[in-house]
Amino acid sequence: MNYHWNWGVFLQEAPEGGVRYWELLVAGLGWTLAVSCLAWVIALAAGVLVGTLRTVPGRLLPGLAAAWVELFRNVPLLVQMFLWYFVLPELLPPLKRLLADADPTTAQFAAAVLCLGLFTSARIAEQVRAGIRSLPRGQREAAAAVGLTTAQAYRHVLLPMALRIVVPPLTSEAMNLIKNSSVALTIGLAELTFRARELGEYTFSYFEAFTAATLIYVAIAMSANRAMAWIERRVAVPGYIAGGGR
Amino acid sequence: MAMIEMRGVSKWFGDFRVLDGCTTRVEKGDVVVVCGPSGSGKSTLIKTVNGLEPFQEGEVRVDGVSVAARGTDLTRLRSRVGMVFQHFELFPHLTVLRNLTLAQERVLRRSRAEADAKALALLERVGLRDQAAKHPGQLSGGQQQRVAIARALSMDPVVMLFDEPTSALDPEMVSEVLDVMVGLAREGMTMMVVTHEMGFARQVASRVIFMDQGRIVEDVAKDAFFGAPQERSPRAQQFLSKVLAH
Amino acid sequence: MTDLDLGVIATALPYLWKGFAYTLELTVTAALGGIFFGTLLALARLSGTRPLALAAAGYVNLMRSVPLVLVIFWFYFLVPLILQGITGAERPPAVGAERTAIVTFILFEAAYFCEIVRAGIQSVPRGQVHAAHALGLGYAQTMRLVVLPQAFRNMLPVLLTQTIVLFQDTSLVYVISATDFVGAAAKVAQRDSRLVEMYLFVALVYLAICLLLSQLVRRLQRRAAVVR
Repeated sequence: MNYHWNWGVFLQEAPEGGVRYWELLVAGLGWTLAVSCLAWVIALAAGVLVGTLRTVPGRLLPGLAAAWVELFRNVPLLVQMFLWYFVLPELLPPLKRLLADADPTTAQFAAAVLCLGLFTSARIAEQVRAGIRSLPRGQREAAAAVGLTTAQAYRHVLLPMALRIVVPPLTSEAMNLIKNSSVALTIGLAELTFRARELGEYTFSYFEAFTAATLIYVAIAMSANRAMAWIERRVAVPGYIAGGGR
Repeated sequence: MAMIEMRGVSKWFGDFRVLDGCTTRVEKGDVVVVCGPSGSGKSTLIKTVNGLEPFQEGEVRVDGVSVAARGTDLTRLRSRVGMVFQHFELFPHLTVLRNLTLAQERVLRRSRAEADAKALALLERVGLRDQAAKHPGQLSGGQQQRVAIARALSMDPVVMLFDEPTSALDPEMVSEVLDVMVGLAREGMTMMVVTHEMGFARQVASRVIFMDQGRIVEDVAKDAFFGAPQERSPRAQQFLSKVLAH
Repeated sequence: MTDLDLGVIATALPYLWKGFAYTLELTVTAALGGIFFGTLLALARLSGTRPLALAAAGYVNLMRSVPLVLVIFWFYFLVPLILQGITGAERPPAVGAERTAIVTFILFEAAYFCEIVRAGIQSVPRGQVHAAHALGLGYAQTMRLVVLPQAFRNMLPVLLTQTIVLFQDTSLVYVISATDFVGAAAKVAQRDSRLVEMYLFVALVYLAICLLLSQLVRRLQRRAAVVR
């Protein structure tokens, strides 16, 4: 293949002035992590709530929770991103007026965080539901037998065990979230993949740029794995589900 | 020439010695019952005969062909050794008839018509001809094991291996399987049978092998094994007193 | 709130349909190709040959650690260069976003399907392999006639679910300006300044199709559960 590698490109100055390309990549990584972290907080809170509601007695709450999951799971992430960024302000004129004066980056960031947070919440909800369902029936009955209310049973008995069970699947959801955050480049957010493509377009050193981004994503994936293995060990219950080891 | 000949067969799993210098011969027409406490290596021993369990030391020959030698065509050797498993291992996605014809067609290159005729004759023999079109999951355990015996016989084996053929069965189904095996033995089939069914051993065995901790402790004629217990090793006496107690 | 102009959608329908047809083509090709290569990768990962198993595992883990968007960019620039290398042409051939996307999705999905097929193969009890070997079936025959048919039956719902995910993920070819369903809608939306109508329409179409398909998978799963 006729490709001339030029690894020095990262040290060159970018046309935006005053910064070198490697600094732009690092700034992109910063946005990737910032979006992912905030979205993870939303996803975890909403996901645990919705997942729990899917298992409570009755019809209304589980039904609403199921609708939430289906809605966010069955529309492509890219389309959801467009809906939050392009369509929502059109439907809410006050929001549009507010955004007209704001820095576009703020709007991109907010749309990306909300979009990724709610998209991921549906997936977490499914894991939490599966975790609660996997608990023996007797647990619920035993909690009722000692006089706990339904809410107390969830708070003190069911969720503590279910959440431990879902730690491994949540690891992969966290990694999926970081990878999915690259979709935010379609609304102009200058995250890592955005910066890599930009570097390629300016310098024609596409493969150097993509290699750098790839290595960063792989490094993130590997450290996320380590971190979750550590959490798994910390929260392991003796005598139950294999603590940390696989 | 011996049908099966084992010399100094040893096998390790890491540091654990599963088989320890096992040596024995099975002549044509012999029915050898292998017994011993669980974990004594009985199943591992008979699985070395058709190469399902590799071993590190010693030699196994079937009809003069060395199992572990480099040049041996293992699939050819296996097609001449029938095996019946504890958990039947019928192929659940195929009908009973297909279970009997698959290897006939694919390994022995018999025509569909020839394989079908052979299969139906064998099903007739084990009393299950009317079940030919069913899937294994629709049969009782005893019926499945009879099909499994017919499947092994469909390859016209020179030796039959049985690995605890009745220990996964409900008690009322044990005899229907043993009856088929007794019939085979009476016709002069060479058999090696891992079982705790001492009644079967008394009825048709020519020799009994008793194993303990990977070693062949006793290898004697049936009458000596059951008739002169005081001459047996302490471990064999202990084992016999337990299995014969009821 | 702006007034919705549904006429925009009606006039654009033929163009949208062309985009949608490409989305379907991409989904089906990537699913079939991905399952084929994914099965080969799974067999490699489970093979006793260490270098082969390691190479397959490395490929799968790499693909699964990197965002699909980045993979799409990689192949968009890589495929013409590889073709140039093969044909020895003077300049990289113009392959087009639509065709590079097909290559990309087959190779990307192979990594995900590999893990599904691997789990499916491992769900078949070892005794089945022993029984097949005891009858004299060789490795290839055992896999083809005994293990894979059972594995595929066990994993059919998961394969279909992954295909629904794939159907949604193909929308990301938007980033290389391929004209799939979303790409077609985005082009109309920008030309006519009708973002609200177009994107809501696209969202509803995906929602309806994916809901229907996932209901079908669920029904299939329930039926499979009864048979076993």
